[in-house]
Amino acid sequence: MTRPGFVLEVDDRTPPLLVQEGLGFRLEDFPQGTRVVYPPESLPAIDDVEGAIRDALLHPVDSEPLPELLFPGMRLTIAIDDLSLPLPTMKAPDIRGRILEQVLTMAAEKGVDDVEIVAALALHRRMTAAELKHVVGERVFRSFYPQGKLYNHDAEDRDNLLHVGLTDKGEDVEINKRAATSDLLIYVNVNLVAMDGGHKSVGIGLASYKSIRHHHNAKTMVHSRSFMDHKHSEMHSSAWRMGRLIGENVKVFQIETTLNNDVFPKPYDFLMKREWEWSIKDQASALAMRRGLALAPQKLRHKMFHDLRGNYGLTGIQAGAVEPVHELTVQKVHQQQRVKIEGQSDIAIFGVPYLGPYNVASSMNPILAACMGLGYYFNSYLRQPVVREGGVAILYHPLDEGFNTLHHPSYVDFYEEVLAESTDPHVIGPKFEQQFAHDPWYIHLYRTSHAYHGVHPFYMWYWTAHALDHLGDVIWVGGDRGAAARMGHRAASTLQDALEMASATVGSSPSITYLHNPPHLLADVR
Amino acid sequence: MLALEMVRSVPKTVLGKAAGGRIPMLLTGLAAPLRLVTLDSPRAERPGWARLRVLMSGICGSDLGMLSGSTSLYFSAVVSLPFVPGHEIVAELMDDCEDLPAGTRVVVDPVLACAARGVEPCEACIRGETNRCSRITVGDVSPGLQTGFCHDTGGGWSEQLVAHRSQLHPVPDGLTDEQALLVEPVACAIHTAARAGIRPGDRVLVSGAGAVGLLATLALRELTDAGEILVVAKHGHQADLAREFGATEVVRPKEVLRRVRRATGAFQLEPEFGPPYLLGGVDVALDAVGSSGSLETCLHATRAGGRVVLSGMPGKADLSAAWFRELELVGTYASAHRDDTFTRALELVGHDAVARLSKTVAPYPLHRWREALDHAHSAGRLGTVKVAFDPRRTS
Repeated sequence: MTRPGFVLEVDDRTPPLLVQEGLGFRLEDFPQGTRVVYPPESLPAIDDVEGAIRDALLHPVDSEPLPELLFPGMRLTIAIDDLSLPLPTMKAPDIRGRILEQVLTMAAEKGVDDVEIVAALALHRRMTAAELKHVVGERVFRSFYPQGKLYNHDAEDRDNLLHVGLTDKGEDVEINKRAATSDLLIYVNVNLVAMDGGHKSVGIGLASYKSIRHHHNAKTMVHSRSFMDHKHSEMHSSAWRMGRLIGENVKVFQIETTLNNDVFPKPYDFLMKREWEWSIKDQASALAMRRGLALAPQKLRHKMFHDLRGNYGLTGIQAGAVEPVHELTVQKVHQQQRVKIEGQSDIAIFGVPYLGPYNVASSMNPILAACMGLGYYFNSYLRQPVVREGGVAILYHPLDEGFNTLHHPSYVDFYEEVLAESTDPHVIGPKFEQQFAHDPWYIHLYRTSHAYHGVHPFYMWYWTAHALDHLGDVIWVGGDRGAAARMGHRAASTLQDALEMASATVGSSPSITYLHNPPHLLADVR
Repeated sequence: MLALEMVRSVPKTVLGKAAGGRIPMLLTGLAAPLRLVTLDSPRAERPGWARLRVLMSGICGSDLGMLSGSTSLYFSAVVSLPFVPGHEIVAELMDDCEDLPAGTRVVVDPVLACAARGVEPCEACIRGETNRCSRITVGDVSPGLQTGFCHDTGGGWSEQLVAHRSQLHPVPDGLTDEQALLVEPVACAIHTAARAGIRPGDRVLVSGAGAVGLLATLALRELTDAGEILVVAKHGHQADLAREFGATEVVRPKEVLRRVRRATGAFQLEPEFGPPYLLGGVDVALDAVGSSGSLETCLHATRAGGRVVLSGMPGKADLSAAWFRELELVGTYASAHRDDTFTRALELVGHDAVARLSKTVAPYPLHRWREALDHAHSAGRLGTVKVAFDPRRTS
């Protein structure tokens, strides 16, 4: 029986607790009375994955079975989530590949010849051939990639974009032309957190900047409370309007999957366990890893962490019409990640790990670390934030990984030029966003290399807009002071120093909540 | 009279060149080919010449280059050792000089062209391009491209020197000595701005925010229709001054290429074992440092067909970009009579920004020359733009 998530109150018997901090972790002594929120244990995985996939395709929600939607001579496009999901990358075989195998088999049986597979990466970086192969599997890759039938979506390929129309709020809907003009568009998703999936899959994953700019902006982000609660998120509302418009033009068959919390493989599984339940072996592993990481150069630590593959188990698969499918998906996600918490606290503590959606095989630069802490973790709530308005967020990350110029060229300019002028998302957006979005060099790198789109760092900063609007102070424990200052935050050497600094904002006896994350958790704050 | 004299000393020059970079104190100590001496006062025996009593004389980057042995030996043929350095001079006439009575406060255009040398004007001087004079090694005075590099005339780093009427420009009463001291560098900056060939709206990069870079920025902003002027400043106070002098944007040296790329939408390339460069970039780049790095930055940040202006003695650089991108490489040296540059400079030093800058001039008496040169070598770091000698001072 899987144990649910729970809230621990730190007392004198509580051992030091594990906190993620970039390419490492620390064991931290929290003040007595600190609430520590643990995610639920992993749900049991579905044993017969192939059977579950087949069942979902043959018994979809609010849709005809997939085989009935397929016919000879049709134009079929299959879109898949890109490498930003799941985190860390799933151990082979990836669930998307297993679904593709069955979908393609059904298509072949129905005599469908015109099939193309698109990685729906929106403005993310292009996936390498090896990354595509890992996701779709060897057989699909060999059958489609050499013929150019498996490729990355290109949001700057004007010839292959179609302006579908305007939503009732006047938002442009422009997506991949091949997808928009297909007889059937199948989307295969990995719904790692509640934010993913639904109309966000096609409406954003296959869209262009012209479309995405309507919801990826500071104003919308501030009113997305939270991103993990799509019914209270302005960003999702916009994506939903767009998705419905797309649905009027092309038939979308949505396949959504949910995973359990088996994020770290052995021998790193102690990272997911509750500290007082660590076995001798777990304690030895933790000690050895701490010692090893302290001695290892950054490159080696980077390789060690980024080579990890998640042992995820499938907890659910739903197919059919986008909205009812997504409702079921969200229920599954909540079942795995939701934890009830009573009331807000003065201080929320988040350990920012080595990996986020935008630094797979790359470095967690300061902007991405801020996005991870203040964007993703801060927004991992239902109802209200874990920390009260005017409270303090304490984040753990060294902010010292620098920038990967292959993947994040525009981030460097954003950090050096834009953040030097202002850290206010409402100020920098109007002044700089267009320049970065239309910079021909960034566009060239996005289209031909493996660079995130020029506008991407703005989006990362917008992700933090709600937190910046809500919080009174942001303090990085162990963070590089220069980097923290550049972002308008502060840095402290230790938790005690951070609490001392925070006392000016929240007093000397603040209530503290630490979200023990990852694995993923969703705080349902009553 | 008391004077600082530059002497020929191969060991000192070699030592300064070899170790001065790593041990800066050598440049004003053991390796300095300079000495404080008592010399006979120079005599003004020819028509048109007069004696000057030095009020202030600035220390220029070219003086420091010469003293540290980093100046190219190319120039050894156009100087006459030993000489008294100092070519940024504000002084007082000790004798009547044609239309100028004794006691007149003047600034000196240091170029020793045909008129001063008492020879028939060369083609350049006939055109008024006195800075391009071909007769700088002959005539009435010993070889020397300028006052301050010529044995016979003396230089500003002394109590007295001689100068020809063609070199003299009276200073209006409203200007302080410190403002007048900046007239010569401002005249050079005006000439630089003219040589830059700016078209309306051109985007300009000024690499360096010392005196040369700042004054060039001012001249570009005040006298041309330049659009965006991006200035490279190493130190915080230089950045503030650059904005005051007309820079649209100021960047640190390591950010230059990235910022130019961003501003111009250029493409950036990374050659093997070499610094990155742009395809595209600014219309005009101005090297106001004179180092290899600065010149290469200018070459690498200028668009194809653009112009790179050398406003200081240039360092050695890879000129591949000049060939490959068909860049115009333009030198700019001193200033020309034709353009009435000194008259315009006398007006421009009245600009508020220059007036404020003049108040930061750091004056030293001649006997504290080692401290003065130390200060000048580290001027940027110490928050100073101009260091000068004031022979009237005793402490």
